[in-house]
Amino acid sequence: MNPYLPIVLLLAVAGLVCTAMVTLSWVLGPKKVTPYKQAPYECGVAPIGNARERFPVKFYLVAMMFILFDVEVVFLWSWMAVFKDWVEAGSPAAAYSFWGVMVYMALWFLGDAYVIRSGALEWEESKTLAPEKLGPVRPSDTEEIALEPDLARGA
Amino acid sequence: MGSSGLHPAAIDWMALGPLIGVCLTGVVAMVLEMWRPRMNNNGIVGVCIVGLLVSGFLVIANWNRPGGESFGADYSEANGAVGNLGLFINDRLGQVIQLLIVGITLVTVLFSEGYLREKRLPFGEYYPLVLWSAAGGMVMATTRDLLIFFLGLETLSIALYVLAGLSSKERRSQEAALKYFLLGAFASSFLLYGIALIYGATGTTHLSGIAAIANTQPESIATFSVLYAGIGLVLVGFAFKVALVPFHMWTPDVYQGAPTSVVGFMAAGVKVAAFAAMLRFIDVIVFTSSVWITVLAALAAVTMTIGNLIALAQKDAKRILAYSSIAHAGYILVAVVAYGASKSGPYEPLGQSTVAYYLAMYGFMTLGAFAVLSLTGRDGKEGSTLEDYYGLYRSAPFPAAMFIVFMASLAGIPLTGGFLGKFLIFRDALSVDMLWLALLLGVNSVISVAYYLRIVQAVCTEEPGVVRSRFAPVNAGLFTACAVCAFLLIAGFVAADPLFDWMGLSAPGASVVAGLPGR
Amino acid sequence: MEGVPLSAYLALGAVLFAIGGLGVILKRNPIIIFMCIELMLNAANLTFLAFSRYHDAPLRGTIPMEHTYMNGQMAVVFVMAVAAAEVAVGLGIIMAIFRMRETVDIDEMSGMRG
Repeated sequence: MNPYLPIVLLLAVAGLVCTAMVTLSWVLGPKKVTPYKQAPYECGVAPIGNARERFPVKFYLVAMMFILFDVEVVFLWSWMAVFKDWVEAGSPAAAYSFWGVMVYMALWFLGDAYVIRSGALEWEESKTLAPEKLGPVRPSDTEEIALEPDLARGA
Repeated sequence: MGSSGLHPAAIDWMALGPLIGVCLTGVVAMVLEMWRPRMNNNGIVGVCIVGLLVSGFLVIANWNRPGGESFGADYSEANGAVGNLGLFINDRLGQVIQLLIVGITLVTVLFSEGYLREKRLPFGEYYPLVLWSAAGGMVMATTRDLLIFFLGLETLSIALYVLAGLSSKERRSQEAALKYFLLGAFASSFLLYGIALIYGATGTTHLSGIAAIANTQPESIATFSVLYAGIGLVLVGFAFKVALVPFHMWTPDVYQGAPTSVVGFMAAGVKVAAFAAMLRFIDVIVFTSSVWITVLAALAAVTMTIGNLIALAQKDAKRILAYSSIAHAGYILVAVVAYGASKSGPYEPLGQSTVAYYLAMYGFMTLGAFAVLSLTGRDGKEGSTLEDYYGLYRSAPFPAAMFIVFMASLAGIPLTGGFLGKFLIFRDALSVDMLWLALLLGVNSVISVAYYLRIVQAVCTEEPGVVRSRFAPVNAGLFTACAVCAFLLIAGFVAADPLFDWMGLSAPGASVVAGLPGR
Repeated sequence: MEGVPLSAYLALGAVLFAIGGLGVILKRNPIIIFMCIELMLNAANLTFLAFSRYHDAPLRGTIPMEHTYMNGQMAVVFVMAVAAAEVAVGLGIIMAIFRMRETVDIDEMSGMRG
């Protein structure tokens, strides 16, 4: 078998997947024409004009999520680098590290679930705080201050 | 173990139990928050308290088990250069500090909910963050591997950056978070670069590498200069984290701006964890050169003096306590220096008991003080100037009384743990012939009484026309937190002998409280 | 280490670290400051890698990989993860400030004095 065959296969699969995704979203997706969508790059930022323009702060949030979940994969890579040797050597470390990584992945999914649940990926304001938790509202301080001089004089 | 990597037998799960317990409790708390409890966070608080109690129990269960390095791969067969390195060490110092951190977290959780609700910040995320931060601190205290120590420190710090900025509608909270974050990350990079250099000089990130290189006296000057640069940079990182004087600029602003319950945890937990790690670091670096002890002694002297003098000029209670915490970092550093000097010099070995005892007492007196200060948080607002505390004794007599105990302990007045702690540090400094440092400590203690008295005075002042209801009502959590802290401070003084026996960190044969006046 | 000597890597690391440190002290924009901190972390990473390779050189090919001086390389992976977490938290804090006061200049952050 040619050693470069896997790479050719990888390229083929990658090309297929990309073509399928673009084509399918073009065929199946709803088509609503808006000025924003007609803009080049369709990324929410006007392509011509001052480059120092401010753009929605929500992009940062998405970028942050991306970085976090992206970097976590690095640990899988370093585990992968030694795992095969351990399996071949019949080492107990193979099974051990496998379950370790499973726990790690479980925590990862939990984090993902938390992100979705707290609405961080929704484009509107997130809703992390239920207003009911704030408790009963008291009369404001100013009213009580108005009362106080009398109390002080009475005492 | 042959050529097969990490062996299951190399992991002491029982010793890791407390750490896993705290982390897992945090995860459970986060899952609970994901269910979005609509009414309040009581369920989350309950889970945290149970989880912390279990973790504390697990620490005690480890107390008399055989200790040593755990979670290690055996490198020795491979190249003979380094011994059996563990990522985790199960020893008495680690256990004492773990128990202390669990206790501090427990008290924080107890009084936080009431404060957060008054402050209009009842985020359920608060609790998992506090717990993971505590877990980071526990990692710092129980490892001798610098890389793992760095990870623990970052876990501790990153959670605290978020917590400092929790009050997202409040300018000063955001400002505190930004300052804490930028300077904290700055300090981390120093620490990391230092670790990289130490790794370069010794070939391992484990502290035993430094000890080995100090014993064998390596051939090249280059190795030594790299090692010294590395140790110096790590010490700078430590100095930032525990707020020693040239590196203390962030402390007052962060303490003033961050939510008070977070500040309590930060002041107590971070110092405890960082000083425990520092103790392990000092353990090995004293053998490389005597210069470190001199440098640290000078830092301690400057820290105590500057911290106390600036505190005198403050008008904000949280700022006063911030400078007080800087001064206390100086006192603890004196104990650390004395320990290091006794180890490397021609003195009787001192043992780690003084540092551990002072950290315990300092942790609870600071935490208790901030718990009481958190009472001004009400209806989404909070003041922390001294005037804001006028009349506290009238509307909340019990916390105010406990506050006086905490202040007395911070000032080092007898019948409190703070006094005994300072006395022991004084004695340790004398026993390694550092009379000047001991005297400076005494003078500083006297200066500090002035500003502690000013806060006590504010708490006990009644001013006509000022409303009593500016303070939040005292709830059961705060009541318990104050009572627990005050009890521990007084019990730490009264039952010092059994406490020291139980901790078992004293130098063999040394009588810890012998010669104490009135005992 | 054939080709580039260890000292060259170390010097580059030290220079990067110094540039980052100076940037933190001199710059006024928190995002730039944060980029400088990242630079310092990466200087440490480079140092780790250089030393890892240096310690490793005599052992290469003789023993299994996990028994060589992998610590340095693993350190880099961990530092990257830590840096990512710091980025997330840092940008979050800067975002929150920006929402509140429309500027992030560090000189404006002087609400607390004493």
